[in-house]
Amino acid sequence: MADGNGHEPRIVAFLCRWCSYAGADLAGTSRIKYPPNIIPIRVPCSGRVDPAWVMEAFARGADGVFIGGCHPGDCHYVSGNYKARRRVTLLRKLLPQLGIDPRRLRLEWISATEGKRFAEVVTEFVEELKELGPMRAEEAAQDVR
Amino acid sequence: MPPRNPERIRAQKPRIGVFVCHCGHNIAGVVDVKRVAEQLSKYPGVVYATDYEYMCSDPGQELLKKAIREHRLNGVVVAACSPSMHEATFRRAAGEVDLNPYLVECANIREHCSWVHDPGEAATQKAITITRTMVEKVKGNMPLEPVEVSHKEKCLVVGGGIAGIQAALDVAEAGYEVILVEKSPTIGGHMAQLSETFPTLDCSQCILTPKMVEVERHPKIRLLVNSEVEEISGFIGNYRVRIRKKPSYVDPDLCNLCGECEKVCPVRVPNEFDRGLSERGAIYIPFPQAVPSTYTLDEETCLGIKPLICGKCAEVCEPGAIDFDMSEEIIEEEVGAVILATGYDLYETKALPEYSPDDPDVIDPLQFERLLSATGPTRGEIRRPSDGKVPKTVVFIKCAGSRDPELHKPYCSAICCMYTAKHALLYKHAVPDGRAIVFYIDIRAPGKGYEEFIHRVMEEDRVLYIRGKVAKVFREGDKLIVWGVDTLSGQRVEVEADLVVLAMAVVPPKGVEDLARTLRLSCLDENGFLKEAHPKLRPLETLAGGIFIAGAAQGPKDIPQAVTQGSGAAAKAIALLSAPTLTHSPEVAEVDEELCSGCRVCAPLCPYGAITVEETAQVNELLCEGCGTCVAACPSGALSLRNLEDSQVESMVEAALAELSPAREAVEVKGG
Repeated sequence: MADGNGHEPRIVAFLCRWCSYAGADLAGTSRIKYPPNIIPIRVPCSGRVDPAWVMEAFARGADGVFIGGCHPGDCHYVSGNYKARRRVTLLRKLLPQLGIDPRRLRLEWISATEGKRFAEVVTEFVEELKELGPMRAEEAAQDVR
Repeated sequence: MPPRNPERIRAQKPRIGVFVCHCGHNIAGVVDVKRVAEQLSKYPGVVYATDYEYMCSDPGQELLKKAIREHRLNGVVVAACSPSMHEATFRRAAGEVDLNPYLVECANIREHCSWVHDPGEAATQKAITITRTMVEKVKGNMPLEPVEVSHKEKCLVVGGGIAGIQAALDVAEAGYEVILVEKSPTIGGHMAQLSETFPTLDCSQCILTPKMVEVERHPKIRLLVNSEVEEISGFIGNYRVRIRKKPSYVDPDLCNLCGECEKVCPVRVPNEFDRGLSERGAIYIPFPQAVPSTYTLDEETCLGIKPLICGKCAEVCEPGAIDFDMSEEIIEEEVGAVILATGYDLYETKALPEYSPDDPDVIDPLQFERLLSATGPTRGEIRRPSDGKVPKTVVFIKCAGSRDPELHKPYCSAICCMYTAKHALLYKHAVPDGRAIVFYIDIRAPGKGYEEFIHRVMEEDRVLYIRGKVAKVFREGDKLIVWGVDTLSGQRVEVEADLVVLAMAVVPPKGVEDLARTLRLSCLDENGFLKEAHPKLRPLETLAGGIFIAGAAQGPKDIPQAVTQGSGAAAKAIALLSAPTLTHSPEVAEVDEELCSGCRVCAPLCPYGAITVEETAQVNELLCEGCGTCVAACPSGALSLRNLEDSQVESMVEAALAELSPAREAVEVKGG
């Protein structure tokens, strides 16, 4: 794990149930393959994602955190995705101060019809995280806490 | 991080059962389901774990119920398909043996795992991890009871085409009030523009107008024309609707259809109903059988109403029906169900410049319908727009803009094969010595009597079908030259035509995005049509409870399909309106008043106005939809979302990232 060669990144994904979770379902129904590095957690809305969860995931050794919401204007709950966007913008500013590359946090808009896009985005994120190499989990945990 | 609401964490020791479904080969062919069950049986809080071929089957559900009883389970995780498929099934089964349904969760190891990964260790490990996260969730779940809500016994139908008309009539016949909203001055939709219908050649208006009249006369239907839905808010059974009704400046009760007003109107603009093939005044009636049966003054084309510039129409109106003081109305209604029947538009011909769309003799199929129609601009005589001559050679080009993923629409517009055959037949009947030539890619005729109709057109009416696409249409003197290829003989074809009809793709109507947005239907499909909850099994529902779809709003459809869907959506709405009470999810936000400082950060974030703050915040559980945006923003941790508390998610994150032995090692050894 130390040198990053062959490292399999671990990703926690918070997916809103109306768009991104359903998009991930559609990727499944359409049998579109993507790497198994992602563990999805279903939330009602990307606006439910507490920045503390993101930090918790990094502290516990996640190499990446993925937040999936509805496209702007399409939020089932009207505007939760905009709240998520604001929070992620702030988090991205905070992460470098803790020594975490902000590319490890990804916010994507994926609709329920975009199964293919879900698979593509996950594949791309896994590739990017492989290039970044493993998170130095212990250091991050110390910094976060 | 300590749980924010420690006193709410269940006092009972967890006794969780895990049921791993094979889903035949769907899961078991990729994931080692035995190992998933075995691994989970050792997981803290799990007292029973097993695997079974089909958990959703009756024996599968019996197995679940038996285990709940025998092992006194106080939580269940079914590792199977997406919760959107069978969460309700397993929750109901658990409820039958007195386990609170909200203590049952699905771990999605099919759509999110076995269907997207290759068989092997990594997929099995992921399935174990996903299931563990759901066990962690169930550990924190509280037993909940659904909230009972009353509902409005009224239905909104948006769109007055044939699908909307059918839906409105069926709901009204069942005894419920209906508000039918139509944006144009009359109901009838595209069906009113058609001449005859395939394959029976019924006169379209003759079969449609009785239904239109029925709508107008029905005591349970309130018809609002010139109206658009501006906003819909609320939830299943309780939607608040804001409708903007443009003034018609004519009192329909006084208008006697004499038509004197239009004769004196100095304005001449293209008539939309005739697709621009005729002209109308600023005051006009779209067609003689319009419902409501009245002239309408179109303020956009009138010389001026406020202030009044001309006023000639009012001078000649004997019954005094014209009222320039009418103004826009905002109508607010509360309804229990909504049926969207917003129909379709045609893809614009100018999208196909290679076919000379600006030439007056290159027309779209609805223009050809108007040429065929007895109420049309030529009284049913087929005369071409440029010079009024009877065309002796007509070329019909199918799939114009359809089935062309590179440049235009990828889908088949479904109705063009049939109406083109009908067009060619009606043309041959009207001009027996004329030539009708159809360029096609394939002929799709799957309806009742459709295939036979195509054969009739080809054989009895001697319409020439050429398999191949047309490359170019251009004018040369009096003629339109059509260059195409006959792909069956491999030869180039050149036709000198008098009239060309482009069977344009069926597209979603303008404004449907705005409607979808106000309804918070999170998705239109990739082509912009309204998306159904499930393409096979819930074709009339949307993901928003109580909002249904019918007709071409969902995708191209012919009349019988649109009528079927109108009736189907009506049945869905009636089932909802006739329910004694509805239930609202109890998985909503709640406030710990001791922790709340009354800071008011939450209230403006709520899109539903469900939070009010006096001393402390209060959540109205009927209005709260459970998005959790307020919870994530609460600085003092006083707000929580029932059954998705922060402490639960934190445990799920921990489980998602816990080192798995021997999984991680296996992956790393392989990789490194």
